Amino acid sequence: MAHAQTLTEADEIRFHTTEEHHPENGTLLGFWIYLMSDCLIFAVLFACYAVLGRNYAAGPSGADLFDLPIVAVNTALLLFSSITYGFAMISAQAKKVKPTLAWLAVTGLLGLGFLSLELYEFNHLIHEGAGPQRSAFLSSFFVLVGTHGLHVTFGTIWLVTLMVQVAKRGLGVEMKRRLMCLSMFWHFLDVIWIGVFSFVYLLGVLK
Amino acid sequence: MSPDLVKTIFGRLTWDAIPLHEPILIGTFGVVALGGITVLAALTYFKVWGYLWREWLTSVDHKKIGVMYIILAIIMLLRGFADALMMRAQQAIAFGDAAGYLPPHHYDQVFTAHGVIMIFFVAMPLITGLMNLVVPLQIGARDVAFPFLNNFSFWMTVGGAITVMLSLFVGEFARTGWLAYPPLSGLAYSPDVGVDYYIWSLQIAGVGTTLSGINLIVTIVKMRAPGMSLMKMPVFTWTSLCSNVLIVASFPILTAVLALLSSDRYLGTNFFTNDFGGNPMMYVNLIWIWGHPEVYILVLPAFGVFSEVVSTFSSKRLFGYSSMVYATVVITILSYLVWLHHFFTMGSGASVNSFFGITTMIISIPTGAKIFNWLFTMYRGRIRFEVPMLWTVGFMVTFVIGGMTGVLLAVPPADFVLHNSLFLIAHFHNVIIGGVVFGMFAGIVYWFPKAFGFKLDPFWGKLSFWFWQIGFFFAFMPLYVLGLMGVTRRVSHFEDHSLQIWFVISAFGAVLILFGIISFVMQMVVGFMKREQYADKTGDPWGGRTLEWSTSSPPPAYNFAFTPVIHEIDAWHDMKQRGYQRPTTGFIPIHMPKNTGAGVVLAGISVVVGFAMIWQIWWLAVISFVALVASAIIHTFNFKRDYYIPAEEVVRIEDARTEALRSLA
Repeated sequence: MAHAQTLTEADEIRFHTTEEHHPENGTLLGFWIYLMSDCLIFAVLFACYAVLGRNYAAGPSGADLFDLPIVAVNTALLLFSSITYGFAMISAQAKKVKPTLAWLAVTGLLGLGFLSLELYEFNHLIHEGAGPQRSAFLSSFFVLVGTHGLHVTFGTIWLVTLMVQVAKRGLGVEMKRRLMCLSMFWHFLDVIWIGVFSFVYLLGVLK
Repeated sequence: MSPDLVKTIFGRLTWDAIPLHEPILIGTFGVVALGGITVLAALTYFKVWGYLWREWLTSVDHKKIGVMYIILAIIMLLRGFADALMMRAQQAIAFGDAAGYLPPHHYDQVFTAHGVIMIFFVAMPLITGLMNLVVPLQIGARDVAFPFLNNFSFWMTVGGAITVMLSLFVGEFARTGWLAYPPLSGLAYSPDVGVDYYIWSLQIAGVGTTLSGINLIVTIVKMRAPGMSLMKMPVFTWTSLCSNVLIVASFPILTAVLALLSSDRYLGTNFFTNDFGGNPMMYVNLIWIWGHPEVYILVLPAFGVFSEVVSTFSSKRLFGYSSMVYATVVITILSYLVWLHHFFTMGSGASVNSFFGITTMIISIPTGAKIFNWLFTMYRGRIRFEVPMLWTVGFMVTFVIGGMTGVLLAVPPADFVLHNSLFLIAHFHNVIIGGVVFGMFAGIVYWFPKAFGFKLDPFWGKLSFWFWQIGFFFAFMPLYVLGLMGVTRRVSHFEDHSLQIWFVISAFGAVLILFGIISFVMQMVVGFMKREQYADKTGDPWGGRTLEWSTSSPPPAYNFAFTPVIHEIDAWHDMKQRGYQRPTTGFIPIHMPKNTGAGVVLAGISVVVGFAMIWQIWWLAVISFVALVASAIIHTFNFKRDYYIPAEEVVRIEDARTEALRSLA
């Protein structure tokens, strides 16, 4: 139907471009989708915690174990590291290499602080006989929090890699894109931690 | 050496792991080793290693990666089908005093390996391969969004396949069934390496599958040619999009649940144990939240193939394009709301079972709409019964039967009777063979000339179709009967002789399917021998309607010298209708991604990590894992990832095509 009408305009219709075609860069979309897939992994771990989190098997409960002041410090470290990463991105947008590196370093140190406190907490629990083997509650607790910790560990390794690359290559389009991906990753881990903090620690202590 | 030192060095690996006492395995190993050595020797003799490495193994070209996926699938199909034949043979003879030739511990590995291989290393590579090959061409793109990631994904899939194959000759495979339900798959009841092989092969391959899903979504969302709005995308691209959305939204769940099972096995946690508060039904729920979408991941691209084939070979546009798209999307969403129908017998109560029973039945509505759309496309079409069309018609007959038995199983009370029976086995083979396998075979025959520039041999193609079609009914209709009589799955020996005849008929069907597979390979061999005769110089051998048929066969590395501009749903049909003239001058340099060996290296190291973890060789696990992370980091320091194909090169390739087309006219 529409054919007859458009056939007469055939010579005006182009069937191909004559200049170079630049499709949109998909890295950030791709990374978003990856983050959502990672989010599903955490969803499974949260679901396990929701189902198994009260199965103490006559062992200790969250109220017996969790030390909220330490967790509060930990949370603060991670949340501040997100802010400092934001400052790094602002410097990167302004193409200032040194402040970018400095803020990234601060972010990495805060991340390491978070990890050390978490390791301290884990170590303490295991020594109290509340290791991941003790009950399904502790299994799901250790694996959920530990998976988040593993993510922070890899984020820190990635952060160091990017610092080396920024130092070597400056802040071109490519490096800014990479910093942006890590930025999304880092903030994503923050969001997950807020879930861990609220559902695992706060509700666990309330009991 | 002291036993402690040996254990430190080799972990659980001892000489006992090599199955010297199993003649079947030694025989298989001999054949595989001989075949492998012959292939390697031939490659060395003809000096093609360099060519293979440069042009294929390290290639980031989506077409070559697609072809390699399909080759992997066909090789693994032979292994998976050998397992099937072994089971059919065992069940046909093991009655009363006859024990058959497979001891239970071997039989249990065979059915587990059959399921795992057929789903993860045959069906998945087939659909991923076909999507890789076709989607960028259909949307007028030069490659996928992340070409290196694509190569890496492929090699991770190969890594998973290698891990499964290793279990045949070093140690053993899981004896748990293809989903490895705990507590059977837990440390208490499966202390040896079988389940670990299962876990690590799926984890390695799963990384590849998830990444390739992300890759293809971004490709379809971001890289469509100008003018191709979502509702102008070819239906195969639509189904691929939905299938990849399902991959990204479900494979992480599989990854997570297998990680939890590993944690139970390696760290002694209590997620799925019977004591200390663990809950095995958590595992069953979670794995089916992945497993049910997985079914649709496989079948949606097959639906896409049928849509392309039916409209091409009926010489008509597809009936009900929009309803086809909506049906696909509805199936995508509904596939998440049905997982519990796999275990109505869990006993979650009447309300829950009713909910999942009803959602399951609702899925048949969009699926039925699709069947009617295909039928109406054929109605008054000028139908050409070429091989892809035969598979399509065969699919419609077979799949409808499978769909109806599926609706039967969706009724919870009926399911309580038929749960875990051979009726279920017959049902899912009915839909997977009738839907996925027929669809992929239709797709391979349909797009083969696009990939290689010549058609497959139609005689052997038709033979393959008829052997499969008839063989399927012989092999699986008896299982429906047996299932209704109450025979359960995964049994290696029977007492009741009256059942034997059905198993014999079924085994006969499996032999027919064997001939179908041989004919399938023969159509490629004969097609290759007669490639001059079957050559396609036009690039459009079937009178196609979508964009992939507008370029040459095989397409140049850059696919399209100029990016196409789209005005209609069937873009290439539209171009032909309006007398489109192919551009012959004005070519410009083309920006392309560079090949890289990083994918092979990373996947190779991943297999070592997996092997070390399976055998608990801790030092090797640590070293190889560090090496894996280090190689990944080193790869990120490679910034020279692209190049330009110079304009002269484009002119040379396009002039050759102009010449070829002129000689045809």
